[in-house]
Amino acid sequence: MDELIGILREIRPEFEFRDSQDFVGDGMLDSLDVVTLVAALDQRYRISIRGVEIVPENFRNLETIAVLLRKHGVTG
Amino acid sequence: MDSKYSSNNRKPCTPPGSGLHSCLASAGYEVTSVWSGASVIESLEATARRLPGKTAVIDARGPVTFSELLDRASGVAARIRARTAALNQPVAVYLPRSKECIAAFAGVLLSGNAYAPLDTKSPPARLALLLDKLEPALVITDAGHAGELGEAGVAAERVLLWEGTESVAAGALPERRTIDTDPAYIIHTSGSTGVPKGVVISHRGVADYIGWAVQCYGITEADTIGSQAPFHFDNSTLDIHLCFSAGATLVLIPEEHFLFPLRLIEYLTAQSVRFIFWVPSVLASVARLDILSQTTLPPLEKILFAGEVMPARCLNYWRAKYPRALFSNLYGPTEITVDCTYYIVDREFRDDEPVPIGVPRRNMEVLILDDSGRPAGVGERGEICVRGSALAHGYWNDPERTAAAFVQNPLNPHFPEPAYRTGDMGYRNERGEIMFAGRCDHQIKHLGYRIELGEIEAAAMALPEIRNACVVYDPEASQMAMFYESSRPLGVAELRTQLLRRLPKYMLPAVMVALPELPLNSSGKVDRVKLAAAVRARVYG
Repeated sequence: MDELIGILREIRPEFEFRDSQDFVGDGMLDSLDVVTLVAALDQRYRISIRGVEIVPENFRNLETIAVLLRKHGVTG
Repeated sequence: MDSKYSSNNRKPCTPPGSGLHSCLASAGYEVTSVWSGASVIESLEATARRLPGKTAVIDARGPVTFSELLDRASGVAARIRARTAALNQPVAVYLPRSKECIAAFAGVLLSGNAYAPLDTKSPPARLALLLDKLEPALVITDAGHAGELGEAGVAAERVLLWEGTESVAAGALPERRTIDTDPAYIIHTSGSTGVPKGVVISHRGVADYIGWAVQCYGITEADTIGSQAPFHFDNSTLDIHLCFSAGATLVLIPEEHFLFPLRLIEYLTAQSVRFIFWVPSVLASVARLDILSQTTLPPLEKILFAGEVMPARCLNYWRAKYPRALFSNLYGPTEITVDCTYYIVDREFRDDEPVPIGVPRRNMEVLILDDSGRPAGVGERGEICVRGSALAHGYWNDPERTAAAFVQNPLNPHFPEPAYRTGDMGYRNERGEIMFAGRCDHQIKHLGYRIELGEIEAAAMALPEIRNACVVYDPEASQMAMFYESSRPLGVAELRTQLLRRLPKYMLPAVMVALPELPLNSSGKVDRVKLAAAVRARVYG
């Protein structure tokens, strides 16, 4: 989880992502950030997140992103 | 007929035999007659008479008909006139992107003034700079945003609060005396000195542009427009005024859909969107993730794009999915009323081939001038300059920058006639099409936004810790990098946070590098060439 927070803070260092349950609703991620985040996750974990997976439900908060990563075999 | 126009400029707007052409003809549509009065608001009045019960605008909270829209706009106009005697003055609109915002724009026009859309995401410091220069007669906002205007220094007596119940019953319809050279809107662009420039566009400019677009793209009330452009970005002019003029339904796509391309495409399908005019980076995000293969294709028929270079790879992806649709690349700075050239895609392009920006639209001439101010030959690069009645009047309250950009047409020594120097480089290919060839200064296009790197540098140097700053752009990576000298160690997070108080997020450099001293070139200026090379090589510091 700390690694994921690190990736998010590289994109938006001004936010404390642990405190939010709704990144988009709280205005912490915009369209450019989502694209950057997907590219960073793909690169870091050598996975390929598909277009159909880039939906609000998967990027709501730390837990939903962790669930998505687990589906791609990323653990820890 | 102007003899200076090449024969290419007279080619039919729609390529013969195109899917769209036959589609429109078989459906029995006729191109809507084009308004020819003095004020662009007359087109909305005419449409409301013709199609009172038709949906004009849809936003996340529902639809509004043309008759309701005009009724609300009339209410706004009556309230403006009750508060101020101003005519032909800016009335700023500081509202979220919504149908109320559209009604406010129409209301400002009905009141005989010019609307100035403001970005509700703009940091208060930038908003304050902009409003200081604009000196609007009034600022229309809602209760949720009034506090931010106070922070930006707007006095309470200048604020007109949107009540949500605006209607013609609020007051008698104001009498108008608008003529075609009066200002219709003022849209701000990035300024290299740090102060945004307010571009003043006339009713004539909008009428010329919209009249041409209605005919060229065959826009009718049968069209549904999927609007992407924020209202402070002038691409929104086409969306809004095609709705007013042709009776097309305007769907304001909720902003959150642009975060998730699949949801965006599903929304277009749900709203039966047929026409889009988007920046290429949004089309590219759909292409990059191959979204169109993963869901139902929306019924798009006309796909227009402008605001930045369209990569042929992205165009090819979309064309493969929509072989019968019309695709058009448009080009133009804010100062010539949105677009001055257009290209209707009529052939195949290799993925690495540049896509033309095309030929001048009706009633415009594009000059490509070499260093000595003479017309450049075929294949020769030169600065793109534009003349025609759709040119902006200039920059609001800014005679110096107006004089620098709007110059005497160098090919006309006989009478005063302005030409706008775009600062863009271009050349004509063998087909007579204009090709974009970069900038001759430090302005860039990033995510469709026009950005003066100097504005970012000015914002950074306004921070007490920053001694010097230089921003360079890496077009390959589509990102900006800022190199800076600071009087004390400054973390990137802290610097970003401080800059976000002065700049919108799209202007924030992705890479920030502290250097003990910025490198200088032989003339003692910051060596941008060296810094740009470092960015390309990803060597920082």
